This record gives sequence, structure tokens and C-alpha cells, in this order.
Amino acid sequence: MSRRRHSDENDGGQPHKRRRTSEPIEIEDRLESLICRVGEKSTSSLESNLEGLAGVLEADLPNYKNKILRILCTVARLLPEKLTVYSTLVGLLNARNYNFGGEFVESMIRQLKETLKSNLYDEALYLVRFLSDLVNCHVIAAPSMVAMFENFISVVQEQDGPQVRCDWYVYAVLSSLPWVGKELYEKKDVEMERILNQIESYLKRRQKIHVPMLQVWTAEKPHPQEEYLDCLFAQVQKMKKDRWQERHILRPYIAFDSVLCEALQHNLPPFTPPPHSEDAVYPMPKVIFRMFDYTDAPEGPVMPGSHSVERFVIEENLHCIIKSHWRERKTCAAQLLSYPGKNKIPLNYHIVEVIFGELFQLPQPPHIDVMYTTLLIELCKLQPGSLPQVLAQATEMMYMRLDTMNTTCIDRFLNWFSHHLSNFQFRWSWDDWSDCLTQDLDKPKPKFVKEVLEKSMRLSYHQRIVDIVPANFSALIPANPIFIYKYMDESSSSLPGYPVTIAISNAIINRSSNDEILTILKDVPNPNQEDDDDEGDSFNPLKIDVFLQTLLHMAAKSFSHSFSALAKFHEVLKSLTDSDEGKLHILRVVYEAWRNHPQMISVLIDKMIRTQIVDCAAVANWIFSPDMAHDFTRFYVWEILHSTVRKMNKHVQKIQKELETAKEKLEKQHSRKKDSGDEEEDKNSDEEDGLLEEQIERLQEKVESAQSEQKNLFLVIFQRFIMMLTEHLVRCETGGVDFNTPWYKNCIERLQQIFLMHHQTIQQYMVTLENLLFTAELDHHILAVYQQFCALQM
Amino acid sequence: MSILNALRSDSYVDISQYRDQHFKGNRYEQEKLLKMSCTLYVGNLSFYTTEEQVYELFSKSGDVKRIVMGLDKVKKTACGFCFVEYYTRADSEHAMRFINGTRLDDRIIRTDWDAGFKEGRQYGRGKSGGQVRDEYRQDYDPARGGYGKIIKK
Repeated sequence: MSRRRHSDENDGGQPHKRRRTSEPIEIEDRLESLICRVGEKSTSSLESNLEGLAGVLEADLPNYKNKILRILCTVARLLPEKLTVYSTLVGLLNARNYNFGGEFVESMIRQLKETLKSNLYDEALYLVRFLSDLVNCHVIAAPSMVAMFENFISVVQEQDGPQVRCDWYVYAVLSSLPWVGKELYEKKDVEMERILNQIESYLKRRQKIHVPMLQVWTAEKPHPQEEYLDCLFAQVQKMKKDRWQERHILRPYIAFDSVLCEALQHNLPPFTPPPHSEDAVYPMPKVIFRMFDYTDAPEGPVMPGSHSVERFVIEENLHCIIKSHWRERKTCAAQLLSYPGKNKIPLNYHIVEVIFGELFQLPQPPHIDVMYTTLLIELCKLQPGSLPQVLAQATEMMYMRLDTMNTTCIDRFLNWFSHHLSNFQFRWSWDDWSDCLTQDLDKPKPKFVKEVLEKSMRLSYHQRIVDIVPANFSALIPANPIFIYKYMDESSSSLPGYPVTIAISNAIINRSSNDEILTILKDVPNPNQEDDDDEGDSFNPLKIDVFLQTLLHMAAKSFSHSFSALAKFHEVLKSLTDSDEGKLHILRVVYEAWRNHPQMISVLIDKMIRTQIVDCAAVANWIFSPDMAHDFTRFYVWEILHSTVRKMNKHVQKIQKELETAKEKLEKQHSRKKDSGDEEEDKNSDEEDGLLEEQIERLQEKVESAQSEQKNLFLVIFQRFIMMLTEHLVRCETGGVDFNTPWYKNCIERLQQIFLMHHQTIQQYMVTLENLLFTAELDHHILAVYQQFCALQM
Repeated sequence: MSILNALRSDSYVDISQYRDQHFKGNRYEQEKLLKMSCTLYVGNLSFYTTEEQVYELFSKSGDVKRIVMGLDKVKKTACGFCFVEYYTRADSEHAMRFINGTRLDDRIIRTDWDAGFKEGRQYGRGKSGGQVRDEYRQDYDPARGGYGKIIKK
């Protein structure tokens, strides 16, 4: 504590807090802690803990009512996996203090309005669910809940607004029914029947163009990949047929029924869904990921069927636990494994299914990919006798179904698998997969194994990979990542430019200047030149070849050496790549020299973009060029392309932020000027204003130019895709051949991937895309991808 | 809308107890830099772990700006640590949450916040040229030169 003294005045905290009596703060923290921790492992029963806590809170209401209200509203919004614990608590408080119950309901409604306005649709959903469970706790009267649901459903009758808006309101009603369906049907069956009928007819008429783009597997067997609303409706219907029996949800309020049914209930105020606005961003539709059923968990409790409401509840809760604790991997794993009711279900299978469901979610996983790898490792640590086997079973199943797996998901699968193996000494029963050795290397299974081994090599080294696979896998082992030097020795002395490579190496060793190097390069003959009638500065591919091959060869030892080389000779490289052809050629030379080491190609291209030796469009053109056709389906190529697009996007965002900051600064200065009234100050700030305004103008131009470059990049990429795919489709049609080759599947799904991975940025350019590229004349196979993408936010 | 303390927990991202004794500045300044740093110290590497391997692993949490491999001050060879710098704080936080404590080259590696690379910090500070921990280590670690220097003497 002694070291803290000097930081008291300086740290951004609240030093004055220390001097106040700390008691109220302590009590508030204690309340927060008590409320958050109820329901966790304890020596007493949940019921007695809830009873005790209700008593404590009731006693604290006179002094801390607002704090308690705020905490309870927050846990309702952010801890949905403990919904019924907190709804019971609120029920007990309401029974003891009717006014508090009323104020709580009011706060919840206020929060609901705020979350809907702020595009926090997930949180709004949890609030609605919480309110519906309050019906079970006798806090809210059933008819008023039904009335709210009726208002929600009326949204589907609206004329304006996208489909995803109606989707959310329907989902909010349906996803609350596992908790409250029974109670609402008992009290208001006519109204509920009408609501369900309206939902059914909405689901029948709504568009489902987006579904193929979001499915992990295209095949219907063994498990259909259902659209999320269809699946949930089927589950609710089954529950209804079963007379609303729901056996999984933990309902602590049942034990308190005698107390709770004495309580007075509140009516929800009439709730009108806020109207649609242009800045509303509704959640995107989903496809439910299923990979297991009851036949996969051989012993122990049976897995609930895909249309059982229990399955929905379990998956929801597991998703919520991950959402709450993803930053804390040990806590997350522990919470998942201590899921209440775990003895009645094959929990490990549910957990693995939910985790892969998130990892493979399209367009994007909810959290960063690497989190799932580390979470699975933690789970394996906590359940070493059972979880690794389930994981192996899952891996095997996914391998078997590679033929119909979406390419984007295969990327994530192989990334996960190679990283996972690297934590377990690459131990795997490779022999089990020797069936892939009899297939063509471009088929999904051998391709997958090849890419896994390549990725695994990046995390280790070549000999390791040779050692871990059986000898008959040699065709799938990646190349030894060594440099290929064209001008190696005497045998290449006949190559044009060879003598200059010697001069260049010497110049580099002798630390010649950039100018001296450029002079030496003047001696390189130009294969593009007919006679000696050039000005000396036109594009000479051999110059680039000679210089870069030599330089990269000398710097081949490590990434750092190569980066250092690029930096030192930046001027030379810039002048050699002045033209578009130059930029394209430098990429070719890098590829030629490092084609055994895709990782090196990737990092060199990254550096060259960042130091403006090449631009993003050049990289895109290079990837789609005939030179790269043979590597077009290799994973590393798409890593490079997506990284390039991401860099472009981040660049635009950065400049936009700079512009915003400058504008804010100007505004602040203006308001300060209004307040000051001091002439001297005004004159100074006028000058500052002028400078700022100039800066803003410059930044404005920079933003426009960056956005134009970004739009151009997407146009290049999409144009090339369209050309390649159209060519293939036409060729197959005229040849009478099936167009659906492995190459085609890969290519069309890569096109999909561009849309999915960069959907937010692409939204800005929809009009251009539609007018210029994705017109009605396009082959319908290609146009379908575009239409599916549009359907995601419609 | 306030968030509860319990849900704010992000313990993998907290700064550790370690403070660089050679840091030019006071403790407060060092802590301030650690709390906004995009640079991580990575320890317990094998002497044979390459820059390429580090790049591949740490790229999983975001774009890597730079890697500086730690070197024996005398031999100028890898001595089992490195610095990884990201372009953004967010990416480096993901590394602290999900790469720290997992394996690289079969070894559990440890990451910690660093105040920022400065020339000279790439060298081990042990008397023999490697890291201090390898001076006094009692166990046999084939990937880190075998026994600690104190045993070899």
C-alpha cells in the first residue's frame, strides 16, 4: 500500500472518495456482490439463499432502493442464464413490498425502450424474457403480458420496415414461451392461439433467400440446418402439443408458490414498439447449427431432440454463459461445466455443439476465433476423461462431412484444428484418414488434410510434420519452406541479368546508396524493348527480378531480415514499382522466390502494402491473374486477400476518425469562443480556426480519396469473380459438363465469403454494385449470391 | 447503464507485479505505459523457437506490427524470450486473454505487458549473457541450454 501514496493525486480515479466515509460504498459493493453471487455454488440450498437475500434487500430498501433497482435491472439484462433465479428474487421482494415490485417493472420497461432505441436487441430480448418469467412469479398479470405480445406481433402488419424488424418481434414472443407459455395459455388461451396463428402465417409468407448463405453444411442429412425462426416455431408447436410441458428450466419460484400467489400483481403499461428508423440495425437471421443427436452420445442421459423445447433452452443458456464470460476462459469453462441440470443431459456434447456452432456462425462468430480454441483447451483440462473424446468424435464427424461444408467454415475448422493439435504435440490418429489419400488432391478431404499440415508446420517446423504423419501421407506434406534463388550459381549464368545480380550483391554488401543501386540497374536489358529507342524509364520487369531476387535471397534468413531489407531499399523499390505493371510484377517475383513459403509471401505483401510499394488493388489483380490460377483454391491466397481488404478498411476508418476528431475540436473551439468574449483570445483562436479548417479540408479530401480506393478494390474483386465464374459456367454449358466441380464450389463460396466477411463495408457501395456488376444479365448462379447477401438485412 | 463489477472482470488483461528495473522513469509512469501498451513480453520460449512461429501464433489475436527476438548479449543467439507489438491495444488484449498460458513449440508460454521496446532491451540481462532466470535455474531444460548456469559452474 505504501507505494500508492504518490499516485493518489495523479491517477484518473476519484481521490476524494477516499476522504469520504467509505461505508455507503462498501454497502453498495456488498449488495452488488450478494446479488451477483446468488445461485452460485453454496453450502445452503438455493431456496434458503434466495429467502435470506430477499430479507436483506427488503431491509435495505429504505436506504438503497435505487441502487437495488439498478442492480436487479442490470442482472436481468446481462445475466440471462440466471433468469429464473433473479425473477424469483424479484417475486419475493414484490410479495414483501408491492411498491417496489411496481417500480421494478417500470424500470424494466424504461430499460427496454432504451435498449431498443440503442440497437441492443440481444439485451432487449433478455428483458422481454425476464418480464415474461415475472408472470410465473406473480409480479406481472398474465393478461397484460399477452397484451404486450399482441403489440409485438402487430409489427408484422406494418408496411414499412425490413423483414428483420418483424423477425425480432416474433422471436421475442416465441423465445419467451418456453418460460411462460403454460401460464399464458392457461389464462388467455384464445388470445395466445390467435398470436400463434399470426406468427405461423407470417413465417409462411416471409422470405428465406438468405438461408443458403448461412448454412454450415449444404446437405440436409444427417441434420437439417434450419432457419432459426422455423426451428423455434417447430419447438414451440411441439411444446404446445405436449400441453406446454417444459421439463428443463430450473424454476426456484415453484418452491415459493404459497408465498408468491399471495402477492398482488402489476399490469404492464401498454407498450408500443418504437417505430422503424433509418439507423436501426436489427439482428441478422441465423441458421441453427446441429451436429449431434441422441445416437451420438452412446451412454448416459439422452440428448433432447432437435425440435424439443429443452434443446432450445439448453442452447440458449450455454450461449448466454459464453457471452457473459468469454474474457475469462477459466470461469467460462467452469460455468459451462457446472450448468444446472447437467446430470439429465449429455452436457459435454451440448457444450461442444454450441461452441462449434458459434465458431462456424455465418457471417461471423460472436467472438474472436482464438477464444474458442483456448476455451476448448480449458474444458479439456477440467474434464480430461471425457471432453477430449467428444472433441475427437466431433472432429471425425466434421471431417466425414467436408464435402458439403461451406468453404468459410472449412477455413475456420482447419485453423482451429491445427492450433488445437499444436497444444497436444500434434497427436492424432492420421491413419484413420488415409481414405483421403486415394482421392484427387483438389477434393475437400485431402485438401483439408494438406492445409492442416501446412498450418501445423507454421506453428512448428517442416521435419516435425514429416515425423508426425504416416509415410503414406507424403503427398500431403507441405513443401520445405526454402527460398528459390533463380540466379543461384554458375548454371544460371546464361540468364539475362545474371551479371547484374553479382554487381547488386556486391553493392548491397558494400552499403551502396539507393542511387548507386539504381545506376547499376540501368545495365539490365529490357525484354520488353524492341530496339534501344526507349527513354530508359519504361517498365522493365527484369530489373525488378534481378534486384528483388538478389535482395530477398540475401535477406532470406528470417522475417526481420527481409523487413529490414525492404526498409533499407524502399526508395529503389518505389521507383521500380512506379507503374501498375511494376506493382504486379514485384508480386510475381516475390511469389516466384518464396512459393515454398506462403507465410513469408503473406508477411512480405503485408509490409509492401503498408510501405506503399504496392497497393491493395495490385494484390487483388495479382491473386486473380492467370499466374496464380493453380494456387487459387489454396488457403494462404485467401488469407492474403482478406488481410488486404481488412487493411484497406482499417485505413479508411482511421482517416475518418481523424476527420471526426478534427471536426469535434473545431466545434469545441467555436463554443469556447462564444463564451470567452476576450478580444485577444478571439484573434488567436481565429488563427487556430483557420488552421483547423484547412486541416479538415485536407482530411476530407483524404477520406474521399481513401473511400474511392476502397470502392475500387471491391469492384476489382467482384469483377474478377464474375469473369472467372461466368467463363467456367459458359464453358461447362457448351461442353455439356456438370459445372459443380470442387473448383466451382470453392470459387462461388469464396465470393460469398467476401460478402460475409466485409458486409458492413460493402453495404455502403450497394448501389454501385447493383448498377454496375450484379445486374439481371448475370448468370443466375452468381446473382443468387448477391441476392442472398441483400436478404441479410432486408 | 452501469455494468456490474463482477461482469467487468477481465483478469487476464490486468498488469502483473513485474516492473522493469531498468525502466527510465518512475513506477507511476511505467504503470501508465503498461496500461495502454500494445507490446507484450513473451517468456519461456524454447531457444529454437523462430520468429515465424511467434508470428503465426500471435497473428491469431490480430495483425502483428513487429516482433523482436530476445538475444544472448554475448552470443547474439536466441535466448528464450521476445517482444510482440500489435497495431492496436484491443488485439494485444486478446493475446493476453487467449494466447498467454497456451503452448508454442510444445511449451507453455507466458505473456505480460511491456512498456515498449527500446534498443538494448532485446538482450538478456543475466551475467552470462542469457536471461536472469537461466543463471539460477536448477532443473534440466534441453530447450533452454540444459542446466542453469549456476549448476554448470
